[in-house]
Formats: sequence, structure tokens, C-alpha cells
Amino acid sequence: MAEKFIYMDHAATTPVKKEVLEAMLPYFTEHYGNASSVYSIGRESKKAIEEARDRVAKAIGAQSKEIFFTGSGTEADNWAIKGIAYANKTKGNHIITTSIEHHAVLHACQYLESDGFEVTYLPVNENGLVTPEQVSAAIKPNTILITIMFANNEIGTIQPIAEIGRIAREKGVYFHTDAVQAVGNIAINVAEMNIDLLSLSSHKFYGPKGVGALYIRKGVKITSFLHGGAQERGRRASTENVAGIVGLGKAIELATGKLNEYNAKLLALRERTIEEVMKNIPFVKLNGDRHQRLPGNVNFSFEFIEGESLLLMLDMKGIAASSGSACTSGSLDPSHVLLAIGLPHEIAHGSLRLSFGEDNTNEDIDYLMEVLPMIVGRLREMSPLYETVKRGNKNV
Amino acid sequence: MYSEKVMDHFMNPRNVGEIEDADGVGQVGNAKCGDIMKMYLKIDNNVIVDAKFKTFGCGAAVATSSMATELVVGKTVEEALKITNKAVAEALDGLPPAKMHCSNLAEEAINAAIEDYKRRNGLLDESNDCTACGRRCDDVHHHDFDEDEE
Repeated sequence: MAEKFIYMDHAATTPVKKEVLEAMLPYFTEHYGNASSVYSIGRESKKAIEEARDRVAKAIGAQSKEIFFTGSGTEADNWAIKGIAYANKTKGNHIITTSIEHHAVLHACQYLESDGFEVTYLPVNENGLVTPEQVSAAIKPNTILITIMFANNEIGTIQPIAEIGRIAREKGVYFHTDAVQAVGNIAINVAEMNIDLLSLSSHKFYGPKGVGALYIRKGVKITSFLHGGAQERGRRASTENVAGIVGLGKAIELATGKLNEYNAKLLALRERTIEEVMKNIPFVKLNGDRHQRLPGNVNFSFEFIEGESLLLMLDMKGIAASSGSACTSGSLDPSHVLLAIGLPHEIAHGSLRLSFGEDNTNEDIDYLMEVLPMIVGRLREMSPLYETVKRGNKNV
Repeated sequence: MYSEKVMDHFMNPRNVGEIEDADGVGQVGNAKCGDIMKMYLKIDNNVIVDAKFKTFGCGAAVATSSMATELVVGKTVEEALKITNKAVAEALDGLPPAKMHCSNLAEEAINAAIEDYKRRNGLLDESNDCTACGRRCDDVHHHDFDEDEE
């Protein structure tokens, strides 16, 4: 119904690039062979999968045989965490993570707790950062896994992954990172960063949905997650999603090929948005670290208003965004990430995440700055909380 | 996920604002839960002649506030007290199940504003107290139907 459509939710998902789709299409039709078959069209599928594997490995500084395709980032996270836990339970039962992980990690950890494992959820500071010292101090003789996200999906905070990797390697503890938000946005080298396992998801960097990958460093002891055929060297049974894997491979190659250019573009949009929002809208807070954050991520809390209302009004103006308010989180509480950085509930309810991508332009920010202050103002005029502020008593 | 009517009342809410010389004012909900509804009533000869609201909350909270003010105007105090959350939701062509608590808020706000009016006029009937007004976020104020019923 809106005339415009401006997509500012690239952390949720991205459109599939034309080149990616074109690379995928033949694998739905003429190249439909099962990669496990011996005849020619089967071998073609197998070859396409291996090319995609090479591309993923190259993008993150791994070896091809260390890349295992999965059905999603969530599957990669679950496999990494449960697979390491069960394969190493004779060594110990302690896992270290943070309180701001994606639910794919948090709920996998909670599941393991119900099965006798012990999990330490490290708190984060007000910007959403954990320190290498915190990680180091949490390691115990029975620690078998450290799982800490590369970059946060809501507030964009980038963790000191290389430092954590070094500590984990020194202490001989496996280190997994959920890099779903980071791959395609930040340069990653698993070897240099001492990462043992890394999860990624294709649809966050202009690839198709329904395909991800888990990097498992050679020599890491992990159980298989799906049992069945011999696909993925017997570690992840299932007939391969050939077209999806080809799409992932193409997308990651394109994304990492011009990472610097993409980064600079997003950074400019991010910086301008932060500056203008902070300048033009009163009672606003930037969530997440000012600098250690994803280039395309901004997250604000607007006091006295509620996030879902804000999203609905932005949608009516043609802007697609997201919020950590309870009304959009699917629970009665606002986002666990916003609560973990110490926001009071009422401030967390008024959050707005904008995540920029390839299709966004400076004109989009012009338009955003035209409508956002107006919408925030309108919702505040309607808010009984703001009434009190206007009367000069901010302590509601 | 919302009906067209909900979206209409959200985008073009009726009766937003305050009544300076209101005869009854009621505020329910709390900021921690993410919704607060404040209702102002002008009551003349036991009939509600004007209603205004201010709401902090989601789309459904704003729409139910707007609808509740429309429903109460022209009604006697007794009739207004009979307006249920279900009636508010139905007048909006329904609400998603997860949003039904917002319609509870509207009913509570009407009750709270009328209670204030009665208190000011020495009409308060203690037995009619609304006990739901200190609710927690997950408390749903049931009067005569269950949330699950839709």
C-alpha cells in the first residue's frame, strides 16, 4: 500500500543476487543428478558441490575438507555445540558462552544443561562486549567448549574473537563462533583467529535460504549430527541441496571478493544514520558499541514509545525494519540481548534495529530521516509516558 | 497479522489526547510490560459524553484504546462497565491471540476511569472494585472468557 519500499532489515535476510540465482538455476533442472550417483549428471552435481566447498574455504581461510554444508546457520550451531559436547564428554562437561548469543546457541546450550552439562553464560558490558579476560577466568579443568558469537544480530557488537581464539587454543579448549552475522560483512580467517568451528548462513550474504555451513578444523573431535548416508564425508547425512550449496558458494565468493568496498559503503550509511538520529531525535540511545560494530547495523532505543508501533508506522511509510520489543520477540519480555546490556524493560521495548545492505542508498537515509522523527514524535504525542516528561518531570 | 480495522484504528486513532476537566481518569498497565493505557472520560448526567486516551504500546494497544473510546461515548456509566474485552476485540474484527491481552487493557482502562469518576462523586461501590490493576506482565485479566477462545 505504501508507494515506496525501502528494505533496512538485512540482518534478518537478504535478497538473492542475480548472479547467484543464475548459478543455481541449472541445478534444479538439467543438472538434477544426485551427487552420490556414479553416472555423469551425478558427478556434475558432486563437482559443483566441491567447487562451492572450495569457495567457502577460501572465503574464511580454511581448507576445503574442513567445510561441511548444513541446512541452516541454526543447524550448524546445534551441530557444533551438541557435537562437541557429546564427543568430548569424557574430557569434561563445561561449556562457556555469553548471555547475548542467538537462540540457536542459547537454546542448544540450555538443552545440554538438561542433559547434565554445565554452562557458564558470561555477562556482557553495556556495549555488549565480553573481554578475553572474562573468558580466560571462566575456563575450568572440565571446560570442553567456548562458543561466542562473532557479531551480534541485534546490536551489531563485534567480539574480540582473535583474542578469545588465542586463549582457547592455549588452554586446549575448542572454540566455536556463530559467525552468521559476520560472514560477508567482516574479514574472517579461521586459521589466524584460532577458530575451531564456525557457523555461517547463506541468506545473510545474498545467497539462498535453507543452506549454511559449519567449518570444523581438521582434527576436532565431533559427533555427527544427522545419521544416514555417507554425504559430507559421513558427518552430515542427507542428499545434498545442490542448488543451494552452489548458491552459497557463489554468494560467499561475491561477498568476500569486494568486502572492503561493501564495508565502506555500509559504514558511511551507518555513521550518517547514527549522527543524524542522535542529533534530530531527543531521548534516544544508541545500543551496542559505537565502533566495534557491524558496518551495516544501527540499533536505537527511543524512550516513551513501543517498538512494534514504530515498526508498523515505518512499514506504512514503506520502510522494513525490526525491533527487540516484547511484541515482536514472540514472548512477554523484550529481547534478551537488550536486557543483557542493562536496558530497563521500558527502554528495551522502544528499540529499533536498522540493518543496511547493498540496495540501500544515501537517498534512503534522507527518506528515513524525513519519516522517522515524525513517527517517533507522533507516537510520543500519543504516549502517557511522554506527557509526564513534557511537564518537566522525567522521573515517571 | 492485524485486521484492516485494527490497522485503521492504529494509523488513524480516534480520540487521542487528554480532557482537561475530565470527570474520571484511569491509567492501567505499566511501562515494564510495554503497555500503558490512560483514559479520560467526560461524564454528564451519568452519560459518557466524551472520551480521550493516551497509550504507550503496540499496534493492538493503540487500536483497542481508540475503539474503546468510540464504544463508551454515548453510553451510561452502567452500560460502559458492561463493555468487555471481547466486545472491544470484536469491534476491531478480532485480534491475533497473542494480542488479546491488549483488549483486556482497554476494558481495564474503562473500568479504572469510571472508578475514578465514582470515587470523585462518592459513588464507589467497594464490591465492584477491579482487582486486576496491579497485574504482572503475564497476568491476563479474565472477566468472562478465556484468551484461548479467540
